[in-house]
Amino acid sequence: MILENIVFWLIFAVLLFVARRHKTFWPLIALGLLLAFNHGFTPGFFALEAREGHLYGTRIDILHHGSAVMLVALGMTLVIATGGVDLSVGAIMAIAGAVAAQAVVAHQQSAPVAILLALGVSVLLGAWNGALVAGIGIQPIVATLILMVAGRGIAQLITGGQIINFSDPTLVFLGNGHLFGLPFTFALVLGMLVLTWALTRGTALGLFVECVGDNDTASRYSGVNSRLVKFLAYVFAGFCAGLAGLVVASKIKSADANHAGLYMELDAILAVVVGGTALTGGRFYLLGSMVGGLLIQTLTTTMYARDVRPDIAPVPKALVIIAVCLLQSEVTRRYLSRIFPRRAPRASGPARPEPGQPQTET
Amino acid sequence: MKVNPKYIPVAATALVMIALYIIGAIAFPKFASLRVLVNLFGDNAFLGVAAIGATFVILSGGIDLSVGSVIAFTGIFIASLVANGVDPLLAIPLALAIGLVFGAMMGCLIHFFELPPFLVTLGGMFLMRGLSFVVHDQSLAIKHAFYTQTLRQLAIPVAPRIFIPVTAIFFIIAVIVATYVSAYTRFGRNVYAIGSSENSARLMGVPVGSTKIGIYAMAGFFSALGGCVATFYMQSGNPASFVGLELDAIASVVIGGTLLTGGVGFVPGTMMGVLILGLIQTLIIFQGNLNTWWTKIAVGVLLLLFIVLQKLIARRSQM
Repeated sequence: MILENIVFWLIFAVLLFVARRHKTFWPLIALGLLLAFNHGFTPGFFALEAREGHLYGTRIDILHHGSAVMLVALGMTLVIATGGVDLSVGAIMAIAGAVAAQAVVAHQQSAPVAILLALGVSVLLGAWNGALVAGIGIQPIVATLILMVAGRGIAQLITGGQIINFSDPTLVFLGNGHLFGLPFTFALVLGMLVLTWALTRGTALGLFVECVGDNDTASRYSGVNSRLVKFLAYVFAGFCAGLAGLVVASKIKSADANHAGLYMELDAILAVVVGGTALTGGRFYLLGSMVGGLLIQTLTTTMYARDVRPDIAPVPKALVIIAVCLLQSEVTRRYLSRIFPRRAPRASGPARPEPGQPQTET
Repeated sequence: MKVNPKYIPVAATALVMIALYIIGAIAFPKFASLRVLVNLFGDNAFLGVAAIGATFVILSGGIDLSVGSVIAFTGIFIASLVANGVDPLLAIPLALAIGLVFGAMMGCLIHFFELPPFLVTLGGMFLMRGLSFVVHDQSLAIKHAFYTQTLRQLAIPVAPRIFIPVTAIFFIIAVIVATYVSAYTRFGRNVYAIGSSENSARLMGVPVGSTKIGIYAMAGFFSALGGCVATFYMQSGNPASFVGLELDAIASVVIGGTLLTGGVGFVPGTMMGVLILGLIQTLIIFQGNLNTWWTKIAVGVLLLLFIVLQKLIARRSQM
C-alpha cells in the first residue's frame, strides 16, 4: 500500500521534472497539489485494489469518468488552436448516443453498425460546423451556437423524447469494459491521444493548424489552405465528440437526449485553456489538455469524495476558471515579472501584443 | 432608394415577426386575440429584460453567459429573504444591487486583466449557479401580500377580464429605457464605438474602461431585473431553474438583428427577437401535435437564416 503510493508519487515527480520547461508544468502542479491534498485529508482516496484482474479505486475512477472530457478536449484543442471554438460538442454527444441507441434498439442493427452510424453522423455534424466557419466565414461562436441550440432538439427527435435503454454487450463494453486491468475508456483516450499526436506532430498538419490560428492571412499567403485546415479541425472535433457521446451513453446503458454531454462544451474548453492553449489560437498542447481534463475530473471527484453537495460544486469550479484565467493573463504576468524580475526572457518568445492594447511599452 | 444596410437585419426581423403572427392568425382562429398578444409579452418578459442587457454586451463585441444563473440566483435570493421576513420592497433593490455589482466585477476582470469575456462570464455562470444552491437548495414559494395581491392590482385592464400583467409592463419600460440609453446618450454611442473597433474608440478618446465595466454592470443589473420579473411571474424562486437561458437571450439578440461581431444592432430588434421566440412557442402550443423540442430546432433554423443574412449584408457593404 505505502509502496504503491511512493511509486505513484515518484512517477509524478518524474513527470513534473520532464515537463519542467513545458506549458503542461503548471496544470500538472495544480493536479499534484489537488491529489496531495486528497492523499492527506480524504480518507480512502488513494485506495487501490484488484478484483477479478481489474483495478478499482478513486484514481481509476477519475481516469474512467474523465475520459469523456478528455476525448472532447482533444478535438477542442485543435479547433481552439485554429482560433475558433466549438460550442456544439455537447449536442453532438447527445445525438451520437441517440443514433447508436436507436440503431440497436429500434432497428436491430449490430453494435459495429450502430457505432459507425453514430460516428458518421458526428463527422457530418462536424463538417456542417466546418462548412459554416470555413466555407461561409461565420464567427465560430455563432456558427456552432446554431447546432448547440438545435442539436438537443434533433437528439430528442431521434429518441422520440424518451430515454432509450439498451443492453447490447459490445455497446455496453465501450463504457464499462476493461483492458489490461484498466477501464477500456482510458485505453480509448490513450489511443485517440496517440492518433491525434501522430496526425498533428508526425505530419505538418499540426504546424498548419498553429499557423492558421496565429495568423490566418499570413498562412494563406504562404500557401497553407487555411479553409481546409479549419474545416478538418471541426470535423475532427465532431468525431471526438461522437466518440465521447458513445462512451457516455454506454456508461449508463442508455441515451438521454436532455442530459448527455450537458455543459461538456464548457468543461472541454476549460480543460484546453487550463492545459495552456490560448483561446486566441496558435500554439496548442494536446498533453496539456489531457492534464486539464484530468484536473477538472479530479476536482469533481474530490468534491464528491468530500461530500460537497453536487449542486454547490460549480462554485469551486468557477474559482478555478477565474484563477487560471488570471494566471494566464498577460497583464498578471507583466505585473508578476515586475515583482519577480527574470534574468533572461522566456524561451517561448516575447508576448504578442494584443490588438486592443496600445503598443507603447516596447 | 438606397437603404442603409444596417437597417436590413432589423427589417427582416420585423418581417419574420409579422409573418409568424399572420400565419398563426390564419391557422388558428383564436390566435389573433388580444389575450394571446398580452400573454406573449407577459410570458416572455423575464427573457426579454435579460436579453436587453445581453444586447449591450453583444453590441460592444462581448458575450455574457451568466444570464440564466443570475436570474436563478436573484429569484432564490428574493424568495429566501422574503421567507425570512424581509419586505420584498427591500429584497428586490438588494437583489438588483447584487446583480449590478456582480456584473461590474466581471467587467473589471475583462477590462483590467484583458481576459476573454467568454471565460469570465462562464466563471460567473458557474459561480452564480452554485451560490443559488448555497442560498437555498430547493424551489421556494413567495407568499407575501406584495406578491399575492399588490402585483395583481398593478396590472392594467385593457378589455373585460384581460389585463396587461406587471411582467409585461416591466418588459416594455425596460425596452423604452434601454432604447433611449443606446440611441440618445453618450454611454450608448460609446458602446457602439467600442463594438465597431475598440482601438479606434480608444484613439478617439472614448473612455473604453469605464464604458466596458458599465456595460457588464448594466447586463448584470438587467439579468437581476429579469430575475425579479421571473419571481413576479412564477411567484417563487428556484435555484435549478433557467439553465441555458443565456442561449435563448443570445439567440433573441441575434435574431433581433444585432451583429455578434459588435457595433451594429438595435434594442427594439431584441424585443422583436424575444417575441419571435415566444410566437414560435405559442404556435407550437396551438398546433398541439408537435413536441416542444421543435421549438429548439425552429430557433436553430432561424438563427442560421439570420446569421447567413448578416454575413451577406456584411459582404455587400464591404464591396
